[in-house]
Amino acid sequence: MSMATLTAPSAERENYLNQEYGIRSWLLTTDHKRIALLYLLSITFFFFIGGFFALLIRLELLTPAGDLLQADTYNKMFTMHGQVMVFFFLIPAVPAVLGNFLIPIMIGAKDLAFPRINLLSWYLFIIGGLFMLYTILTGGVDTGWTFYTPLSTQFLDTHVVAAALAIFIAGFSSILTGLNFIVTVHRMRAPGMTWSRLPLFVWSNYATSIIQVLGTPVLAITLMLVALERIFKLGIFNPQMGGDPLLFQHLFWFYSHPAVYIMILPGMGVVSEVVTCFSRKRIFGYKFMALAVIAIAVLGFLVWAHHMFAAGISLYAAMIFSLLSYFVAVPSAIKVFNWTTTMYKGSISYMTPMLYAFGFIGLFTMGGLTGLFVAALGIDVHVTDTYFVVAHFHYIMVGGMVMAYLGGIHFWWPKISGRMYPEAWGKLAALIIFIGFNLTFFPQFVLGYLGMPRRYWQYSPEFQVLNVLSTAGATILAVGYLLPMVYLLWSMRYGKVANENPWNAAGLEWMTASPPPTFNFDQTPTVTWEAYNYDELKEVPVER
Amino acid sequence: MFDLPLWPPRASTTAGSVDALFIFLLTLCGFMALAIFTMIIVFAIRYRRRPGHQAEQIEGSNALEFTWTFIPLGIFLCIFVWGAYIYFQERTPPRGAAEVYTVAKQWMWKFQHVEGHREINELHVPVGRDVRMIMTSQDVIHSFYVPAFRIKQDVLPGRYTVAWFHATKAGTYHLFCAEYCGTMHSGMIGDVVVMEPAQYEAWLSGGAALGSLANTGQGIFQSLGCSTCHRFDTQGRGPNLVGVFGRPVLLEDGRTVIADENYIRESILIPAAKVVSGFKPIMPTFQGIVSEEQLNALVAYVKSLNPPPAGAAGTPNLKPPTSQPETNR
Repeated sequence: MSMATLTAPSAERENYLNQEYGIRSWLLTTDHKRIALLYLLSITFFFFIGGFFALLIRLELLTPAGDLLQADTYNKMFTMHGQVMVFFFLIPAVPAVLGNFLIPIMIGAKDLAFPRINLLSWYLFIIGGLFMLYTILTGGVDTGWTFYTPLSTQFLDTHVVAAALAIFIAGFSSILTGLNFIVTVHRMRAPGMTWSRLPLFVWSNYATSIIQVLGTPVLAITLMLVALERIFKLGIFNPQMGGDPLLFQHLFWFYSHPAVYIMILPGMGVVSEVVTCFSRKRIFGYKFMALAVIAIAVLGFLVWAHHMFAAGISLYAAMIFSLLSYFVAVPSAIKVFNWTTTMYKGSISYMTPMLYAFGFIGLFTMGGLTGLFVAALGIDVHVTDTYFVVAHFHYIMVGGMVMAYLGGIHFWWPKISGRMYPEAWGKLAALIIFIGFNLTFFPQFVLGYLGMPRRYWQYSPEFQVLNVLSTAGATILAVGYLLPMVYLLWSMRYGKVANENPWNAAGLEWMTASPPPTFNFDQTPTVTWEAYNYDELKEVPVER
Repeated sequence: MFDLPLWPPRASTTAGSVDALFIFLLTLCGFMALAIFTMIIVFAIRYRRRPGHQAEQIEGSNALEFTWTFIPLGIFLCIFVWGAYIYFQERTPPRGAAEVYTVAKQWMWKFQHVEGHREINELHVPVGRDVRMIMTSQDVIHSFYVPAFRIKQDVLPGRYTVAWFHATKAGTYHLFCAEYCGTMHSGMIGDVVVMEPAQYEAWLSGGAALGSLANTGQGIFQSLGCSTCHRFDTQGRGPNLVGVFGRPVLLEDGRTVIADENYIRESILIPAAKVVSGFKPIMPTFQGIVSEEQLNALVAYVKSLNPPPAGAAGTPNLKPPTSQPETNR
């Protein structure tokens, strides 16, 4: 089919979904929207694998004795839960799915700057994913997602190299996506779409991309060193050969702490879009919100050793990293305050995406505030490597990021699929997830301060009640995550047909059809308005 | 079944100071969370969408932005200082602390008291005394964690790390390995038994100790032939070790290092790494020849060669041997 004929006179308007059919048209597509859907399918698959591991972990921890799984199996479960969720779900979630779909449309472009590299990213992700699946299916890996040496290099005979290779390859997918976004945002903005008019979603993905491009190569190098040390018995991290196991931790966290911001910044972008739309308000303090994401991206590179306060680093290095960690907390606080004040004097409706945004702000605030605890040196020594830390980062990663991701999926679902999701089910699922999440992870703060170490297959009986609560929460959470999967699939066929702007939202993506045509706009739009112009929304020309 | 503790036992001086900051943060952050959640809920209800209600556009406010940048920053800096102060104390063992050498391995804790007692997965310490743990690992990274003391220190292969505590309450407390270390990570646990001083003395005299740790070290020092070079005069081919510990040492390459536990350890395992000025790198390596426990004994012995610091009620020191190191009172 010719790609130029966009004015099809058929009953259903031609769009990126119905323009071509067949598996080939998907696997060889260079359309950013189709690639976004390929990512959506892939990461959903990995989310449920990672979730399955999580469920097994929680079931094992229902009783103090190690009874459901073998010790080694349990160790594999938390290792692969972490690896799958971090590298194959959280990192690509918002950028590769929502970012891919929306960034070109939000800036008024036809596609990303390098459409074929975009497809290559997905293929790299899939190849990495296949290595991960190979690792899982042939016996797994039990290094912990952190690959700490010398355990990972000298003491385990599981599929360490395969797992490292999986993450190594998926890392290149992440680098290429970041590169693509950076070039796209710099070079492809529509006339009038100045930097100060960019939606904050674009700003936050831009900041994320910078981290991906600068940080991920360090992870690749680190994992390669682990593989080399294993295969060729080198002494990079092996103290008996003059190596230093702490060197590994520095290298690993140099990427893996900024990776936390890769995971959360795009979610902050989603929340900025959703809160403004359902409050009918401009974002409060646009410039500060944009600066804050850049500040987080930059400062995020300077705090890595706060994972190592009890690891044996020098006293004064620890103090510097603690201080810098408090600096990075400031822009996060600025964001929370601005979202809150955006609601002030708004006209707020409680649609599903907004419920997720409420959830995000609340849970991210909890995660952020407990970050103040773990950044305090004296407290971190007690709570590091305990469930306190587990709870803390799940409040950010799951309470924050997954909430934002689901909120974004619901918000842009009409744009992606051309159909509305069932609102009542959406609200119910959001509520179930919120309750299930808190029940799962709040008790873990208490467990952590009591002293229960993480990665324990069996534990002291006095910790049981809190663990039972946590496991009960996890089952509720599982139901909450399955629901959207079911009703979103259902809505693709039976959902109410969406018009181009069902939320009456600001932003270029709402000024083209739902679903958008292959090249997004019939004519390149010219932007004459600021972002979130909810005051003048009625005057916005609606393209047809 | 319905044993539901919500606060860990507080059994060291550190525990009190960590808890104080923790409670302060709970109050502060509880208040902040409450304030933010209240604002969100109030706004969500008060400005809910309803007929006749219109959003009122507000650009933002520089004054507010600066307020909520610098006030939190100020508060954060206070928390930083408080946390750093506690950490400084945790990382600075007081002088004259009793010393316990620790070897961690997959999956057990081995302790060597300087008095000569050895324990596995159980550590007896007295109330009211500073105890300094000198720890190393035989294989992977472990972490010495006693929740009741609020202390944790990773234990690394190839070097010593140090933790210290001052127990305040008799009782039996959890000892956990907090760094994932392989299959039985969760089985690498033990008990820290804190005893009243009198009972502790009874426990010390009860066990069948084979002489002090330094004594054991002295035996190893002899049997490995260390004493042929490290003589107690200035004629030896190796440096005289009397009074070396804790002092600065001038190296061949002009650097100066403090002869701490890690230096002694390294000099036994990799002698060529830091050669003392005026000596040749002729010492063979003892890597693979001495076990971690023997190494600890050797370190304890070298330390015992220092004259006891005046007035320090510390570890029982061996007298520096004048002619024959066998004599020992």
